[in-house]
Amino acid sequence: MNDWYRNFANSGVGTTITRQLGLPRPAVLRRYEPGQPLLPGPAVVGSAAAGRLADRLTALLQDAGVPVQSLGTADGPEDGERPAAVLLDATGLTGPADLAGVHAFLAPAVKRLRPSGRVLVLADPPAEAATPAQAAARQALDGLVRSVAKELRGGSTANLVLVPAGAEEALAAPVRFFLSGRSAYVDGQQVTVSAPVAPAVQDEERPLTGKVAVVTGAARGIGAAIARVLARDGAHVVAVDVPAAGQALAGIANEVGGAALQLDITAADAASRLVEHLRERRYAGVGPGVDIVVHNAGITRDKLLVNMDADRWNTVMTVNLQAQLDLTQALLDADGLLRPAARVVCVSSQSGIAGNRGQTNYAASKAGVIGMVRAWAPEFAGRGATINAVAPGFIVTEMTASMPVGTREVGARLNSLQQGGLPVDVAETIAWLAQPASGGVNGQVVRVCGQSLLGA
Amino acid sequence: MAAPTRKAAIVGGNRIPFARSNSRYARASNQDMLTATLDGLVARFGLQDERLGEVAAGAVLKHARDFNLTRESVLGSRLAASTPAYDVQQACGTGLEAAILVANKIALGQLESGIAGGVDTTSDAPMAINEDMRRVLLAVNSAKTVQQRLKALAGIRPGQLLPEVPRNAEPRTGLSMGEHAAITAAEWEIGREEQDELAVASHRNLAAAYDRGFFDDLVTPYLGLARDQNLRPDSSPEKLATLQPVFGKGEGATMTAGNSTPLTDGASAVLLGSDEWAAAKGLPVLAHLVDAQTAAVDYVHGGEGLLMAPVHAVPVLLARNGLTLQDFDFYEVHEAFASTVLATLKAWEDPAYCKDTLGLDTPLGAIDRSKLNVNGSSLAAGHPFAATGGRIVATLAKLLHEAGPGKRGLISICAAGGQGVVAILES
Ligand SMILES: NC(=O)c1ccc[n+]([C@@H]2O[C@H](COP(=O)([O-])OP(=O)(O)OC[C@H]3O[C@@H](n4cnc5c(N)ncnc54)[C@H](O)[C@@H]3O)[C@@H](O)[C@H]2O)c1
Repeated sequence: MNDWYRNFANSGVGTTITRQLGLPRPAVLRRYEPGQPLLPGPAVVGSAAAGRLADRLTALLQDAGVPVQSLGTADGPEDGERPAAVLLDATGLTGPADLAGVHAFLAPAVKRLRPSGRVLVLADPPAEAATPAQAAARQALDGLVRSVAKELRGGSTANLVLVPAGAEEALAAPVRFFLSGRSAYVDGQQVTVSAPVAPAVQDEERPLTGKVAVVTGAARGIGAAIARVLARDGAHVVAVDVPAAGQALAGIANEVGGAALQLDITAADAASRLVEHLRERRYAGVGPGVDIVVHNAGITRDKLLVNMDADRWNTVMTVNLQAQLDLTQALLDADGLLRPAARVVCVSSQSGIAGNRGQTNYAASKAGVIGMVRAWAPEFAGRGATINAVAPGFIVTEMTASMPVGTREVGARLNSLQQGGLPVDVAETIAWLAQPASGGVNGQVVRVCGQSLLGA
Repeated sequence: MAAPTRKAAIVGGNRIPFARSNSRYARASNQDMLTATLDGLVARFGLQDERLGEVAAGAVLKHARDFNLTRESVLGSRLAASTPAYDVQQACGTGLEAAILVANKIALGQLESGIAGGVDTTSDAPMAINEDMRRVLLAVNSAKTVQQRLKALAGIRPGQLLPEVPRNAEPRTGLSMGEHAAITAAEWEIGREEQDELAVASHRNLAAAYDRGFFDDLVTPYLGLARDQNLRPDSSPEKLATLQPVFGKGEGATMTAGNSTPLTDGASAVLLGSDEWAAAKGLPVLAHLVDAQTAAVDYVHGGEGLLMAPVHAVPVLLARNGLTLQDFDFYEVHEAFASTVLATLKAWEDPAYCKDTLGLDTPLGAIDRSKLNVNGSSLAAGHPFAATGGRIVATLAKLLHEAGPGKRGLISICAAGGQGVVAILES
């Protein structure tokens, strides 16, 4: 879908006009394409205190073929290539005084950051601090990163990864994700990693090779993008949607070389039919089973609470929340069908975090998804699997295309990247969570919202 | 020694919802519909870029340009372009006959996999220039001089400009199929009420099957249509009783638009393979095609009804397989007209007819009517001639699979030209 305003603002005339009028100038974001290097330029790695991660980060970057500019001093090299990413190891802070080091490193480095650059801060979780002073310093980074994200222009993002002691092995997948074009529309976010349940190596070009993925609501919009991205990354996709959407669904399945399964996920026997289907078919040339489940199907039935009838309330709750619970439970119960290192990703929404006028039903269902994911995470970890939620912000789809222009244009700009996200941005985040190497990301809620002003 | 044979497996099927003539699919050609149907099947079973043994399909009403309809549809589909294909045509028996052809090749080990299908449009039916005009144009074409050419062209008369629209009529009798069926209905004294009841059951059964999701993996929506357009879930004997007869004459006429199938557009396809092929592809086996039989009757001079050939084919098939008519869990008798189904059943119960016409010592007997067309048939779904066989094979195979292993079903399809195609499936 075309962002005419962004295209205009980046055109010759548009640049002049938008500058003079002080209008937002949304950038063309760096998005992932197969074969692309992890970063288009070098990275700078620094530490604020006696961090434990800087060496690991440097090794990881060099492994990925990224030249690392190590800043001996806070000023850094004034000459040389401008960095495409700035990584700060902020572990080991003892109190607010140590934050001076954070400032001293970031200020000059961020100043030289390229467009579509990345600022990534790695820190200890505040909850595990030994003293109030330490907790204060750790928590301070949250405010800092969110503010940096808001100051950055040109499609650059800033994110925070919290690394508890012992979870260092989990670092590679999140670091790669946040530096790459896959995270183009993920900004101002925070992810806490945990010790990966089963550390895995993967082919970074096709990390999902041999995996079987079920995607609900795959006939169009975000679901279709998820099917495409999972297939691009090597997965065999079972595309699910309501029978009435079957023609489009077949088109997507044929496009991605997967299979179409026409199924209303709210049908009384939906869970048993999905289980039976997966038992009967042996996808990707292996025994029956599924590795990746993406609960994406969702609907809205907006009305102010006082005007909302039971039907609107119930249908939204059934599609958006109850079906996710029922299908997941059925797969857990179907002996061995959900493979050991399974990845379940549930699509929530910004409305579930920020609330939205006219969406009590929708927001309740989407907040419920977050509760479900957090509650299930330990059980999933126990079987070597993960379950996470992705909360899209304003994503440009057929749904938003039919909104009034004013509402749509304003809605699309209410974030630090000053533009709506694309379905592929949500899909990339989901595909990352589905990777074998993402075993250390569990029970998390990742917002794909360009650091939306809503519910931030 | 004959090579050992195996039974072909029915893996699944796909069809587009059937549309009423000149309606939702008015702009779709046979090739469009067959291609979409193949693509839906490919999507359901993940057959993209797969080279199948062959695709056999056909249409009853065909444009001259569609001489290679099936192959062209394969080329336009997501199947590998190296999948061979050919056209089949046996009137309303086309779809089932195509399935038998593919199944037999699989049974002989000549194929490991194949698709059988059929398609028809009565909206985009071919129109020919009429016979007089054709002669004039041939004369123009063979004229040697300008003068001769002008002379030939001068022979054109206004009446010759009218196109010839294909009629649903038997060339040898000039009677439409409905008129033929009305003769049979009168002969067998098939009442109006029982015909209407059969029609209502067809609509209700089809609607209930859709409601329980039975067709979720058998039908793929097309051009905005998600269910058969002819389906009337609220059909009732009272409503049908108000319709005027359209076939047959005078007081005794019983056949209305409600208990006869309307002209319909649509397509269907069935995926067949050897058990080994299905297993290697990780695909299920719903049922096997056990055996099949065709028959033809002399409806022109022989005094038999046009649509009575299946009545002759079934006893032959039963005898060869050591079965009685009662040895089935499901019966799929194509509802060309409600009266056809009822005459068929009545004939099998009639001792005199079975003895004199079919040469049987004992009649085949009655069937348990609760096992007949349990998920509806052509009266409700519609009947795009060549597409009906594929619809029935896939529906029955799934029914048998749901019922569990060892269940048996009988298919009986009547066809124009006094022909009939019947088959046995087993889970
Ligand atoms: N577009 C956005 O800006 C946005 C923002 C936040 C969250 N989301 C969420 O992302 C997901 C996808 O949204 P979208 O914009 O692509 O919507 P969409 O309406 O374009 O697509 C949703 C798909 O889900 C299918 N679906 C609905 N009910 C179903 C059922 N009972 N069984 C099977 N399939 C069913 C629909 O047929 C449709 O194909 C939804 O969960 C939505 O709530 C979207």
